[in-house]
Parts: sequence; C-alpha cells; structure tokens
Amino acid sequence: MEVIVSIAIGVLGGSGVWLLLRPRTFQVLLGLSLLSYAVNLFIFAMGSLSIRAEPIIVAGRPADLLHYTDPMPQALVLTAIVIGFATTALFLVILLALRGLSGTDHVDGRDEEAR
Amino acid sequence: MSGIVADAPSHLIAAPILLPLLSAALMLLGGARWRRWKATLNVASCVVGAGICTSLLVAVDAAAAPAVGVYLPSNWPAPFGIVLVLDRLSALMLVLTAFIGLTSLLFALSRWQRAGVHFHSLFQLQLMGLNGAFLTGDLFNLFVFFEVMLVASYGLLLHGSGERRVHAGLHYIAVNLLASSLFLIGAAMLYGVTGTLNLADMARKLVEIPSADRGLLHVGVGILGIAFVAKAAVWPLNFWLLPAYTAASPPAAALFAVMTKVGFYAVLRIWTLFFPSGNSDNFLFGADALIWIGLATLAFGTIGVWGAQRLDRLVAFSLIVSSGTLLAAAGFDVPALTGGALYYLLGSTVAASALFLLIELLERSRLLADDPALVEIPREGAPFMEPPGLPLDANLDDDERALIGRAVPAALVFLSVAFACCALVTAGLPPFSGFLAKVVMLTALLNPGSLGRESAAAGLAAWSLLTLLIVSGLASMIAAVRLGIRYLWAPAGRPAPMLRLIECIPVAILVTLCVGLLIGASPVLHFTQAAAETLLEPQRYIEAVMSARPVMPPTGGNAAP
Repeated sequence: MEVIVSIAIGVLGGSGVWLLLRPRTFQVLLGLSLLSYAVNLFIFAMGSLSIRAEPIIVAGRPADLLHYTDPMPQALVLTAIVIGFATTALFLVILLALRGLSGTDHVDGRDEEAR
Repeated sequence: MSGIVADAPSHLIAAPILLPLLSAALMLLGGARWRRWKATLNVASCVVGAGICTSLLVAVDAAAAPAVGVYLPSNWPAPFGIVLVLDRLSALMLVLTAFIGLTSLLFALSRWQRAGVHFHSLFQLQLMGLNGAFLTGDLFNLFVFFEVMLVASYGLLLHGSGERRVHAGLHYIAVNLLASSLFLIGAAMLYGVTGTLNLADMARKLVEIPSADRGLLHVGVGILGIAFVAKAAVWPLNFWLLPAYTAASPPAAALFAVMTKVGFYAVLRIWTLFFPSGNSDNFLFGADALIWIGLATLAFGTIGVWGAQRLDRLVAFSLIVSSGTLLAAAGFDVPALTGGALYYLLGSTVAASALFLLIELLERSRLLADDPALVEIPREGAPFMEPPGLPLDANLDDDERALIGRAVPAALVFLSVAFACCALVTAGLPPFSGFLAKVVMLTALLNPGSLGRESAAAGLAAWSLLTLLIVSGLASMIAAVRLGIRYLWAPAGRPAPMLRLIECIPVAILVTLCVGLLIGASPVLHFTQAAAETLLEPQRYIEAVMSARPVMPPTGGNAAP
C-alpha cells in the first residue's frame, strides 16, 4: 500500500509541476490543483497508512497508534483542502479576468509579439 | 508569573486577531452605500488595534524574566490545543503592523477606498492574518494565518483592477499557492517526525529524535524554510515581488511592505526555536544557507536599486535589500546583530511604506502637467477605476523660466522633506535610524563574536555582509538622489501638486515615526536587543508555553476532559 500511495503522490506531483510550468493559464490552474492533491495525499500519508483502523477511541482497546489511525492528519487535510479549494477558485477568477482583459490565455498576457 | 501571564490582561493577547475579524465581518454586511460608515469603523478598529498592540508591547517589556505571554484560546493545555504566544519579537511586529496599517488606511480614505466595494473588509482581514501569524505558537495555525493574510492580499493587490494588476496578481497567486504547498509538505514532514504541531513542543522533542530520522527532519525544515523565504522575497524566489508591488495601489503596497517581513519573522522564530546554539546535534542547521541566501538577495537588491529609474521600482528593490540584510543577519545567530537587524527592520519598513505612499503624490504632480483629467479625483463610484497611466517618458522640463523670486509651494516642500527623510533612512545615512541600525550591525559583525570565529567561512560571510551593507547604502543613495532630482527638482515649471490633508497626514505620521526611531533610539535598541536575547534562549519560550495551564471553571470541575 505504501508503494501505491507513494507512486500516486509522485505521479500527481510530477504532472502538477509539469503543468505548472506550461505557458497557458488553464494548464497552470490544473497543475496547481494536481499539486494540491499530491500535497493532501502526502499529509494524509504522514499519519501512517492503515486499513480498517478508526480515529475514535473505543472502550477496551489500548489507545495507541497501533490500534487506531492518527486523526490529526485527517483534520489537517480537511483544512488544507478547504483553503486550497478557495484559493484555486480565486485563481480561476483571475484567470478569466486576464483572459478578458488581454484577449489571450498566455500566462504573460501576450502571445509572442501579439501586442 | 508576570502580570501579562497572570489573568485579565492575558485575554488581550487574542484581541489583535479577534478585533480585525469582528470588524471585517461587520463591514461585509454593508454594501457600497455604507462606505462612510465602513471607513469610520475601519479607522476605529485600526486605532483601537494600535492601542492594544502598544499596550501589549509595554506589558511584555515590563514583565518579569521569561517575558513570554501565553494564551490558550480553546482552554486546552499546550501540546493539544492551539496557543497564542506573545514575546518581545511578536509584540514588536504587532506594533509595526498596526501603525503601518493605520497610516495606509488613512491614505486610502482620500480616494482609493472608492475603487472597490470590499476594500475595508479585505484590509481588516489582511491585518488579522498578519497579527495571527505573529502571535501563533502552532505550525499549522501559522499556515492558516499565512493563508488568511495571502488571500486578503490577493484581493488588495487587485483592488482598483486594471490589466496590469490582474496580470501581476495571476503570477503572485500562482507563486504563493506553490509556496503554500511547500509549507504544507514541510509542516506534514515535521509532524511525521515529531508527532506534534506545537512549535514549543516540537522544539522540545527535536533533541530526542533518533539520528535515523534526523535527515527527514532537516528536509522538512528545509522545505518549510523555502516556503518562508519565498514570502520574504529572497533571491531567486523574488521575481513576483516587483510586478506585484509596483502594480498594487499605493495604500495596498504600503501595507504589503510588512508582508515580506512575515517570512523573515517565521524564519527567525523557527530557526531560533529549533536550532539553538547550545544544541550540539542540531547546531545551527542551515545557518550558512541563510547567510548566503541573504547575501545573494542583498546583492541582487543592490543591483536593482542601483539601476532603478522609477520610484516604485526603487522602493520594491529596497524591500528586497532589507529582506536580504535581515536574513543574513539572522543567520549569524549573534544577539547584538539580531537586535540591530530588528531595529533596522523597523526603520526600513516604515520608510518603504512611506515611500510607497509618496509615489502617488509625486506621480500626481508629474501627471498634472501632462493631463489634468488623469488625476481628477473621482467623487463617487468608479468601480473599475483604471490606475492613472504612468507615462515613462513624460516630457520632464521644457520651459526654462528664471527661478528667482518664485516661492516654492508648500506641498512641494512637504514632499521633498518627506522624500529626503525616507531616502536617508533607506540608504542608511546619518542622521536617521537606518544609519544607527547599520552602525549597530557593523559593530556586532566586527567584534570577536562573529568575525573572530575559528572557521574561515564565517569570516568570509561576515566580511561580505559588511561590504554589501555599505555598498547597498551607496547604491540606494545614488538612486534616491537621481530620482529626487528627476521628480522634485527637474520639473521646475510645473504646477504644484494638489495634496489633500488626509493624504499628507499618513505620510507625516510615518516620517515622524522615522524621526521618533532616531530620537528614541536608545530605548528602542534596548528593546530589540532584549528581544534578540529572548529569541536566543528558546528554553524560556518552551517552558512558558508548556507550563501554561487552562483556566478552571468556577464550579471547580475539570476544565478539559
């Protein structure tokens, strides 16, 4: 499971970085989203991966991380997702505004010598 | 227990966060028609906030030995709940932010507040983010406050709209989203290694980390550091700063002058807590990197300042210079040097902020000569007011009339004096605080504490910093003189700029602050030295945070299950 998760994070992060370096604003937006997915998975994985373990303490089971999953990274991921979602939405608005103002979807607001 | 830790005053520690949040929320309720009401509320909130921050500073300075105030917002003991921590450094940053916020707001009242509906709410949220970042003692909370600050700054940067701002905003947001991702990765790695997010608890546990995990710890802190220095506009991560800060409306840019200092604050806080001098295993991890990155930034900024042909570029580059100076000084980990750097931080931030405000007033007198319609102050509504066009090659001076017998307009005198003061502070020439700060820093560099260190690398770094500090002062003086001649002397035949009182007051306050820093140099320097010494003894901070106990309910039961 560790291998699968790390490969998933790596692929998401790699594609995110590649898209981030592309010249079109929409590609940059997608790159940022993929990157934030990779980061969220990474935070989640930091709380040690476990199957069928719950974060809420049940009576009769020793309260340690061998028997439960760590609730902290889950709470962090939730916050990070919300913040990432909001900032990405804001980026989308700016992207559209720039498209409207400059007439091109290049990140620099101009295509070669168009202006 | 000092007075601030004891009881009632400790609730004040949360006020710099709660007050802006409350007023921002209230101001969101009113639409564009409530602008006058919102402006009043905003000013009131800023004034009260400045008062609270100043009283916190006085209280923390008067407090007994640890001089660290701790507040538990959720009433849970330290490693479990969020903590707000107030020490001398955070109090200093709070006061600086409060005053720069107040002056930027006063300046915005003259016309910029009309360029968008939610200016006042965004402004208060920005203050909340800044104050929160300075107060929090929790790594993830720091991330949240960074985001609050950044999201508000996206809004403020775009305030006034126009293609140039949108364009700069797109790059600014992309860079900051990327830096936030790095922040999260670093924070998650540190959590994975130490199992806590509380900074004090983390610092306490670092010594117990097995050597196998030490690499992971260093990578985590390194990634976190990259996120911080990207916000501090450190070379090579500072290409966003110039377009963003020069495109922003003057009041927003004046407030943004504090924002680069947040990155520096975070670096200083984390590094002094995690890697104190006494700890042999972690001894000053990354200090060399900080020094050299700082020096590279300083060199980059110096070249930029030297070549600046426009005032806004000069100020933006001088912010980069000050970031570089601060980081390099922090890397040496010498109390006297850090204390001098904090004093430098105050002067350079106030001067940069004042210069950002002055730009508009100076540009106005240039534009007035070309096209008076451009600078006409809109009375009401102008939701998407274009920024005044800036003709780069505006015809400077054609008619050569005799200067004899013509009185210099008062407005021009005011602008000249303000500009000269700020330029002297920025360049570090006597008699202003920039000069004193440089003297303190150079003295600290030249005394055996750092220059006489055994390793050759530290000596080289210290000499480089010394040289660069002096060269950067020369460069900014040359640039300031050149621009001063171009903006203030060359246009002899122009009509005097029309200044409103509300625009002059904030500039006057900031210039007075610069003079105040000079007159009150002794107490301020004592304070910054004390702040630096507190920082370099992280044990005090850790003990204060870990020993903070939740308040028991009056009935006598347990406060927290």
